[in-house]
Amino acid sequence: MNQTTILPGKKMTELIPDLFSGRKLKDKLFLIGIVIFSLLTISMVVLIIGSMILKGYHQINWAFFTQSPPDTFQAMMAKMSGKTIPGGIINGITGSLYLVGIASLIAIPFGVLIGIYLYENSKKRYAGFIRDITDVLQGVPSIVIGLIVYLWVVVEITHGYSVLAGSVALAIMMLPLIIRSTEESLKMIPDTLKEAAIALGTPYYKVVMRVLIPSSFSGLMTGILLAISRILGETAPLMLTTLGNPAINWNIAKPVSAVPLLIWQFYNDPNMVDLIWSSSLFLMGFVLLLNILSKWIAARQKK
Amino acid sequence: MNSDKILKYILFTASLLILLISGGMVFSLVRGAMPSFHEFGWKFIISSEWDPTQGREQYGALLFIVGTLLTSVLALFIAVPLAFSTSLFVAEYFKNTRIASVVSTMVDLLAGIPSIIFGLWGFYILRPFIVSIGLSDQGYGIFTSGLILAFMIIPYATSLSNTSISMVSNELKEAAYSLGATRLEVIWNVILPNARSGITASYILAFGRALGETLAVTMLIGNSNRMPTGLFSTGNTMSSVIANQFGEASGLQLSSLIEIGLLLFVMTTIINAVGKFIIKKLNR
Repeated sequence: MNQTTILPGKKMTELIPDLFSGRKLKDKLFLIGIVIFSLLTISMVVLIIGSMILKGYHQINWAFFTQSPPDTFQAMMAKMSGKTIPGGIINGITGSLYLVGIASLIAIPFGVLIGIYLYENSKKRYAGFIRDITDVLQGVPSIVIGLIVYLWVVVEITHGYSVLAGSVALAIMMLPLIIRSTEESLKMIPDTLKEAAIALGTPYYKVVMRVLIPSSFSGLMTGILLAISRILGETAPLMLTTLGNPAINWNIAKPVSAVPLLIWQFYNDPNMVDLIWSSSLFLMGFVLLLNILSKWIAARQKK
Repeated sequence: MNSDKILKYILFTASLLILLISGGMVFSLVRGAMPSFHEFGWKFIISSEWDPTQGREQYGALLFIVGTLLTSVLALFIAVPLAFSTSLFVAEYFKNTRIASVVSTMVDLLAGIPSIIFGLWGFYILRPFIVSIGLSDQGYGIFTSGLILAFMIIPYATSLSNTSISMVSNELKEAAYSLGATRLEVIWNVILPNARSGITASYILAFGRALGETLAVTMLIGNSNRMPTGLFSTGNTMSSVIANQFGEASGLQLSSLIEIGLLLFVMTTIINAVGKFIIKKLNR
């Protein structure tokens, strides 16, 4: 701030102290505080990602992506002889992909349909009610969703921990995210586009399939990718629904492992500590990749 | 029946799924919690005894409710100054600059880090640090979990407050500047009163997030079933007792865990409803 105004009857020198006292000083101190606190906030990201890379990178090799985890004894022997732990997390990788795949098959079609419904009926009371309930659903803690799906699927349908149960839990978590992002990206489409199609006598389902979905496609994709990246690291609901499995499994009614579940398992076994960091690094890298991809799609759309 | 009508019915039917899920959720939780409710009644909420020994089973959730509230309130206390500063940094001081977009991307990354990784980091790096500076013997407890929780909820606390702060109209700010106000005075007397409800709502929603967080807290709170006596004492939370004991639970214990789940569901839903209500009033 340049202090060019000179008050009548005052000399320049009398005004100078004002720069360093009272209000001005407080203003400066406040800005310094803001910068320090902001740096503190983002330093956490750097610390977490940094320590993961430092502790995890040397364990990442070909076997890490192609083999199942070692048992405790193997890990202990490797640790004692100072070698890297043999084996990898292939059962977790396939399990995670399987779970997320089935969850997406359930959540994406329903999410998009409900999103379109909310967009088309945005003024109706019932739609407003559905929107509120969707918000409530989004706020439900993941462990409670795990509990519910345990009661619904594990107890009633598959009579044991299963892929299906885990996928349903993840799908319930994805659903609200996809519904809201679908509705938001449909709202961005100019009305004229839709009206033009309707004026040509296009049947409504064709308007949806040929106009609404294609022109909001990148918005939909962004929402879907973000939803997937959100559920990829979920652990608590999977502990109550799919439990884990030391081997690769493709049977939908049987338990399966997942990368976050493996991390939890390694955490509970002192011999496996080294694998924790490499698995976390892998999980984090995957989640970040999806985040960046969705940002890139969103940015490309804006051009 | 023409195709338009069919599509309308399909869309409507899909929307019923949301009602089905949420209705079913409440129904199953209440039904699952019934045996425990019949056995203990309202005492469940005020009793702090949790004893799964066969024959003299006794379940009360007070310990866990206190643990959840303590960690979440502490997390909010730590998160608010950090989130508020970050919001002002991104949406006011350095608005639309490159550095602001770097900072807000970093905060987004914070939201992308899975809960279990926060837990691991807290366990292997923060906990030894807390021990080494002599704050507590083991490093577990309310403070450690609250601190990690705070960083987990910062992204939720900033997202909406950023928007509310950047939406305050320039005319109002310029009017204040032209009267000779400093930036701090503008923030305090113009921006805050105008963005107040948006900021409050986002902090309330962040608090709701903190209530339900499971794994990071489970790994750091110490999981001891005794009443916390101070910031550095260990404890247990509603979500971590579910995560820890669900595997072996059956009968009355399972029902009690479900009742804890129901309580957690009710608490987060109320907090979220309050937050959304404020946002709705704001948008009108």
